[in-house]
Amino acid sequence: MKPINSTQQKNRSIVRTLLFSCVLMFGFGFALVPLYDVFCRITGLNGKVTNTGPVAPAGSDKNRIVRVQMIAVNNESMPWAFRALSPVVKVYPGESKHAAYLAHNPTTQRMVAQAIPSVSPSEAAQYLHKVNCFCFDRQPLNSLETKEMPLVFVIDPKLPDHISTVTLSYTLFDITTTQIAKNNTSSNSSQPNSTGRHTL
Amino acid sequence: MNTMTKVEHTEHHGPAAGISRWFYTTNHKDIGTLYLWFSFAMFLTGGCMALMIRAELFQPGLQLIQPDFFNQMTTMHGLIMVFGAVMPAFVGLANWMLPMMVGAPDMALPRMNNWSFWILPFAFAMMLSTLFMDGGAPNFGWTFYAPLSTTYAPPSVTYFIFAVHMMGISSIMGAINIIATILNMRAPGMTMMKLPLFVWTWLITAFLLIAVMPVLAGVVTMMLMDIHFGTSFFNAAGGGDPVLFQHVFWFFGHPEVYIMILPAFGIVSEIIPTFARKRLFGYSSMVYATSSIAFLSFIVWAHHMFTVGLPLMGELFFMYATMLIAVPTGVKVFNWVATMFRGSMTFETPMLFAVAFVVLFTIGGFSGLMLAIAPADFQYHDTYFVVAHFHYVLVPGAVFAIMAGVYYWLPKWTGHYYPETMGKVHFWCSFVGVNLTFFPMHFIGLAGMPRRIPDYALQFADFNMVASIGAFIFGFSQLIFLVLIIKTIRGGSPATPEVWDEPEGLEWTIPSPAPYHTFTTPPEVK
Repeated sequence: MKPINSTQQKNRSIVRTLLFSCVLMFGFGFALVPLYDVFCRITGLNGKVTNTGPVAPAGSDKNRIVRVQMIAVNNESMPWAFRALSPVVKVYPGESKHAAYLAHNPTTQRMVAQAIPSVSPSEAAQYLHKVNCFCFDRQPLNSLETKEMPLVFVIDPKLPDHISTVTLSYTLFDITTTQIAKNNTSSNSSQPNSTGRHTL
Repeated sequence: MNTMTKVEHTEHHGPAAGISRWFYTTNHKDIGTLYLWFSFAMFLTGGCMALMIRAELFQPGLQLIQPDFFNQMTTMHGLIMVFGAVMPAFVGLANWMLPMMVGAPDMALPRMNNWSFWILPFAFAMMLSTLFMDGGAPNFGWTFYAPLSTTYAPPSVTYFIFAVHMMGISSIMGAINIIATILNMRAPGMTMMKLPLFVWTWLITAFLLIAVMPVLAGVVTMMLMDIHFGTSFFNAAGGGDPVLFQHVFWFFGHPEVYIMILPAFGIVSEIIPTFARKRLFGYSSMVYATSSIAFLSFIVWAHHMFTVGLPLMGELFFMYATMLIAVPTGVKVFNWVATMFRGSMTFETPMLFAVAFVVLFTIGGFSGLMLAIAPADFQYHDTYFVVAHFHYVLVPGAVFAIMAGVYYWLPKWTGHYYPETMGKVHFWCSFVGVNLTFFPMHFIGLAGMPRRIPDYALQFADFNMVASIGAFIFGFSQLIFLVLIIKTIRGGSPATPEVWDEPEGLEWTIPSPAPYHTFTTPPEVK
């Protein structure tokens, strides 16, 4: 018969290793969240690209025109009237273009919204640079207030030739309740940019 | 594989008397029995839910239950069958058989074993209690996709989350115990490549459990935080992404489906050689095939998500990787058929279930291959074709293998042969019932009937009626199984130690019924 103690020791070391792997895998599950974000950013999948930095003034390419379609979507029960000022804009690659969305709060309450952008086709996402965007910040609107929300972007001249139309979609989310909750719990987190997760 | 040694007759003391035996037991056979009865109870509970679904779908229109309750039934049916019936049944079989198969006196960690079982009844009591809560039980499908399971979930979702946590803890402890037993407690001479295949497949399954159950715990924890603590893992408004949920869930979910089938492969690989009276064809290729299936299971998860908008390269990668799984699976099916080829086969009930497993699981495998074709999947996605596919691999796959195993080892557990005719009646009723239920689902699925709906278009009526009739045949024939097991426990013609005609394996060297303590002195394996 095997000495009991050596078996017990071996059991204990196996249990330790396996429990440790469980903790690792639990962590790995959470690590998938940033990994997924990074993966989407690098590849431009899901239209998830943040090219917000200054763009080198490379000059615009006047030989080519890219159509940019501006889409406005209201998420679920969001009651605001929300639309692009002009649904289609024509841009020369490299040209810095101003556009705007119109939002109107028809309710009797002050509300806060967050716009989440998405670019389609996803291949084009990494060539759309936003210099300034209303989606960088939370957008509060008083009751019955209307606001023009500006957007400045540049299409990178490196945009592949086969792409002639890019669709830029904004989905407007009602974050009034979460904002109130956040302001009540902590004053630090009132800036959505502090987490880095709002600045898509 | 392994050749046998002396018969053992060691009976130090029997089990404790009274009901407390079952609460305090650390005996692997007692705990195996507990697991098996628990799993059978859950099988009947989940089965009743399935019958409620099928009764509602007997004809078009809403007759018996409301859509929201229908959704609760599909959700609970899935969760209970996966986590309550199939997984505990395999753990129960592992508890009973692994120590006897490797020549160990008990599991490596008997106290933890007791704990990992007794968590389960509490987890499922919590899960089932949601049916009686305000807002009803979880109704978002067993895959609990966000935001259905977060933003739009009934309040009972929190109970669901904690129930999943507890099941996960139970499975992980079970898996740790199994790995420790197999790696440390083998009898002298029992080398890895002499292990019976049921032991091998369980070893690999246990590693899969260790790898993915924590990810499941992670994903439900993220849900919990989204619901109660204002995080935005899956909430697009806060910068999260609902598609992320699907990726994390299926990173757990795909290995999970192999967790439910690999031990079944092991059981069938034990049974077919016994009744074909030949050694298993291609033992080592079986081991390697099982390992490669386990490895591949980690890199195919997105084939559940072909329609979420993956990039073309992603679709292609996951399509080809998925099809690759057909190779090791094909090796296994080939080996089983080759084992039967020119064997002196007899068809006792375990063999009937095992042969039905090989045939029907292969059908389920083929429909899986059809679903793996990404462009075709756009048509099949979320239709009854998917329901037909995974029920073919889970019911006549995993469940038939469990039943085959129960029939195969029941004489060893109880010391009595089961009534053979009754077993065969049970088999044929189940066989006819299963095929009547699930085969027509292929047709209605290809014709476009979506899954998880309480009502459907008129052209699907006939096949749905057939499926419902089959479901009731299958459901009620399980009562035959219940009666048979009780009868066999109570009495019957006494079983020999070998039980069958020269089966291979250490478990057949000990008397039937297996004494409370076995292999207190390890056997010598040549």
